[in-house]
Amino acid sequence: MTETTPDVPSAAGQSRFRRLAAMLWADKFALVAMIFLIVVLLCAILGPMLLDNLATRQNLRGRNAPPFDLTRGWAFVLGADALGRPLLARIIVAARNTIMVAAGAVACSLLIGAALGLVAGYSRRGLSQAIMRLADVIMSFPSLLMAVIVLYMLSASVTNLIIVLAITRIPIYLRTTRAEVLELRERMFVQAALVMGASARRIVFRHILPMVLPTLLTIATLDFAFVMLAESSLSFLGIGIQPPEITWGLMVSQGRPYLTHAWWLSFWPGLAIILTTLSLNLLSNWMRVALDPAQRWRLEMGKKND
Amino acid sequence: MKTFIRKRAVASGLSLIGLIVLVFFLSRLTGDPTSLYLPVDASLESREQFREIHGLNDPILVQFFHYARDVLSLDFGDSIRKARPALQVVLEAFSWTLTLAAVTMLLVTVAAIIFGALAASRVGGVFDRIATFFSLIGASAPDFWIAIVAIVFFSVYLGWVPTSGTGTVWHWILPVAVLFIRPFGLILQVVRGSMISSLSSAYVKTARAKGVGPRPIIFVHALRNAMLPVITVIGDQAAGMLNGAVVVETIFGFPGVGKLMIDSILQRDFAVVLASIMVTAMAIFIMNLLIDLSYAVLDPRIRY
Repeated sequence: MTETTPDVPSAAGQSRFRRLAAMLWADKFALVAMIFLIVVLLCAILGPMLLDNLATRQNLRGRNAPPFDLTRGWAFVLGADALGRPLLARIIVAARNTIMVAAGAVACSLLIGAALGLVAGYSRRGLSQAIMRLADVIMSFPSLLMAVIVLYMLSASVTNLIIVLAITRIPIYLRTTRAEVLELRERMFVQAALVMGASARRIVFRHILPMVLPTLLTIATLDFAFVMLAESSLSFLGIGIQPPEITWGLMVSQGRPYLTHAWWLSFWPGLAIILTTLSLNLLSNWMRVALDPAQRWRLEMGKKND
Repeated sequence: MKTFIRKRAVASGLSLIGLIVLVFFLSRLTGDPTSLYLPVDASLESREQFREIHGLNDPILVQFFHYARDVLSLDFGDSIRKARPALQVVLEAFSWTLTLAAVTMLLVTVAAIIFGALAASRVGGVFDRIATFFSLIGASAPDFWIAIVAIVFFSVYLGWVPTSGTGTVWHWILPVAVLFIRPFGLILQVVRGSMISSLSSAYVKTARAKGVGPRPIIFVHALRNAMLPVITVIGDQAAGMLNGAVVVETIFGFPGVGKLMIDSILQRDFAVVLASIMVTAMAIFIMNLLIDLSYAVLDPRIRY
């Protein structure tokens, strides 16, 4: 395993990438979802740098300007909000906070949950039981309610929001990792490594973790959508991100008073949320098949039929 | 079985205690607790007076003892906004939420079981596509957005149902419909998956060989044995319904515990917040216990 020449792994890496790309091509829904998510990601990274001025410049004459009117410029194609700020530019800029909170929460809960899960699955009973009971405590309470309590007592900042959402999602990764570890540690290759004198650390990181990772990534993709919805709900209720910062959920709530005569204020940011979460769901469905060696043939067969 | 129930009760009880401790430490050890109880513009004197009366100058362990005693005896103090015992305010609101959740859950369960069974009976058929569509929408669409779009379309544009409030049956339609979508999609998928494996089992093949019709096979033979995972997910969703209720009640002006909690948070009525947290937690505690019980009763194979 360690004796391979340096160029072999890189060639293998490239062909694996090509194989994944071919499988993505085979599932057109997942392909469109992937492209959309890359666009959203670019908006989140570049948007605030390029469009911050445009998105915050008020223009009271263009208050609640209707959508599909190109006379004011491309940024007003989705209309303008109650202060005459272009909705399209604001949605692009708001992508940053929305994505940042969700990505931060998912990354934290994935790291902590997987680490605790590995420990719980591969250590003695007492410690494992303690960790599982902790997960039970967190899971027995609705996540939004938990977030509401904590955000009431601490202040509602991006960091606190990430921490709260991460804590409520840790049990998902913890339970999955532990269940997989419990099953994997009985498998022959782990037993073989054990007999050959591998340390616990080597077994966990070298033999078990790579097997658990695909499952965790699939769940994380799905969870990204869930966390985004949770953040949007909190911001919508007024206890998440606070103005002048913006997220899509907050934009929906800001459009609410004008609902009866300017529906587009709330409609577009909500649509942005739906399209993103829908893409994440579709991508997660694809990953479940593509990252599972036992099911991969479904996508590869489809490719040959084209 | 008794040991199983006892074990679960102890586990849930521990969660409850964990929550009580968490709320105490968050409220006392992060910043000034008087700012939680009093309005933002309260004067220094009134803050000092409040500290004195409520023993906030005592050692932290003494404070914890008093707090735990109050919580366990269900004494949360008076609501600042309504000048009534907070528990009373919360229980009134809670009955509204309970009714809303019960009505929705009943509809969801019946609809999800029927649609899930039909979807499983012909994989890839019409019902299966409807099921997939609903599950995707349920997992992707934010409920507050669905609620808003529904209000604009059905109440403002078409004028069929009132926008908010309570009073007639018509007021209940939109909140129930919005709350319906997410658990429906989820439970539907579980029913479908469980039914597919149940339909390919030996006893269904036997029934088919005996000449039993397709409807009785689906709804009598297969469904009964496919119910166990469904009950688990129904329980999860019933507890999670509170998540949705917070949003839906706020939008539709429904006087339930979710709206009460958000209003109390925004107006800093801490006694009510505390009371609603504890009442909700206890309700979930009781429900989890009931689900475990039903699980043990329904499946004779499970003997803990």
